[in-house]
Amino acid sequence: MTEQYLNLKQNFISKNAWQDKYRDIMLLGKQLPKLPNELKIDNAKVHGCESNVWLYIDFDESEERLVVSADSDTRIVKGLIFIICSMVNGLTIDEFKRINIQSEFESLGLIQHLSPSRGNGILAIAQKISDFAIQNS
Amino acid sequence: MLDNHEIRSQFPFFSHSDFIYLDNGATTQKPQCVIDALCHFYNFNNANVHRGVSQLASNTTQMYEQVRSKLATHCAVKPDQIVWTKGATEAINLVVSSIDKHIEPNDIIVVSALEHHANLVPWQELCKRTGAELRVLPINQQGVLNITASLNMISSLKPKLVAVTHASNALGNILPIEQLIDAAKNVNAITLVDGAQAMQHLKPNLDTLNSDFYVLSAHKMFGPTGVGALIAKPHSLALLDTYQTGGEMIEQVSFSSSQYRQGNARFEAGTPNIAGVIGFGAALDFLNSEAMNLQRSYEESLYQYTIEQLKKIDGVTLYGDLENNIGTVSFNYKDEHHLDVATLLDQSGIVVRSGNHCTQPLMNLLGVAGTIRVSLSCYNSYEDIDKFIFALKQAIELLD
Ligand SMILES: Cc1ncc(COP(=O)(O)O)c(C=O)c1O
Repeated sequence: MTEQYLNLKQNFISKNAWQDKYRDIMLLGKQLPKLPNELKIDNAKVHGCESNVWLYIDFDESEERLVVSADSDTRIVKGLIFIICSMVNGLTIDEFKRINIQSEFESLGLIQHLSPSRGNGILAIAQKISDFAIQNS
Repeated sequence: MLDNHEIRSQFPFFSHSDFIYLDNGATTQKPQCVIDALCHFYNFNNANVHRGVSQLASNTTQMYEQVRSKLATHCAVKPDQIVWTKGATEAINLVVSSIDKHIEPNDIIVVSALEHHANLVPWQELCKRTGAELRVLPINQQGVLNITASLNMISSLKPKLVAVTHASNALGNILPIEQLIDAAKNVNAITLVDGAQAMQHLKPNLDTLNSDFYVLSAHKMFGPTGVGALIAKPHSLALLDTYQTGGEMIEQVSFSSSQYRQGNARFEAGTPNIAGVIGFGAALDFLNSEAMNLQRSYEESLYQYTIEQLKKIDGVTLYGDLENNIGTVSFNYKDEHHLDVATLLDQSGIVVRSGNHCTQPLMNLLGVAGTIRVSLSCYNSYEDIDKFIFALKQAIELLD
């Protein structure tokens, strides 16, 4: 797990009120690097979302560490994407397989965002990263 | 200030739940009498209907058929004008899939810009099959039907069929269906009115309304899910080919051929949702109760109150017809995504709907991806609205 994510998690868990958590999520969303418009194409869209989510998964130049980049038109989803990216970016496939996005979201108190009825794409993003890991291992 | 305590106390959901339920356009909560009717049926009366000579079966058949009479009385029609379906969607699909022989290539089918996908997509399919053309009655920027243009369109296009909603699920507008249907009948169009949203709030007189078909869903009017109805004019069912075949709808069957029953029975193949229909009977009793008769003006003032409170918030845009409305408020806050607002409202336990409300083309016309929708019902309180407004202000504070 990256340093960045562990810091984020510690900070997050210290917040009890949902208002504070969501304020944080939206601030994280602001830090998420924007995808350039030419990458916001239909082919990159995650299906089944009420919001638009564009997702790219690849390896970095070492060709073994994950790089996930994604963007959305909603602020909360952007923040949640930031959390996922900081959780998985820089991990090797083997390292990725040892983490469990589901239980991480649970300890962050954000598990409801992984529910299929949410339609915000977070579950689909998690699924796609796992699929990528399986295909490349 | 009017209060609705007596009504609200009939809904056990509110004594068990802290949710502020403002999603009545999606489905309503159920009064105790409906829940009891369902349990009572399974506890004491479970038998199949229309078959068997047993007293048990004939008693159950009688209970089941009494609900048909109740709905008939409620809408000022005769029981044999009612076909049970599993909902408004199935009722529309029943008509759409049985009417091909009346539709020719280049015929025109008209719907309004306010239709739920359920009253749009099936007609698109019919157009694909038959070569007919779909045309759309226009709305203004606010989302209100342009009635003059619509009436002109109907009389000049002379459509073969006109299908319009009685009330918009996304915006709550009540459409002037009498005028639209009269215009359609002037050019001999077949007509269908989608009453899914209207039935909870209005009591249409389907005797005076000149439409061939009217459809509804029980779960949006305090009844159980899985029950709905197609209500037809006496001669209009004959326009339709047979829909599904099987048991119940047959007169005589041999291995080489079968004869079907006449009238509404021809469209009711298989064992129906008996418990659901009986539960719906209790919902109709509830709708026609004394307490509910006093409720219309309460709903209207609660709606006005909601609108007033929302208008006080800078940056809120309201959509739809604010004059003729079933009590549904659709809005956005500045250019914030509806999903962000709705997610924050959900954190406060406020149950609203956000998104395109199964009306994507309408949202495109309004130039938005979606809206947040508050749909009121008789049991909502002023306190519910105050809590919703408080939660909305809190959400706005987080977003600003
Ligand atoms: C206007 C309208 N028509 C049709 C339907 C479909 O109803 P059902 O899903 O109960 O078949 C709905 C449901 O939301 C609706 O609001």
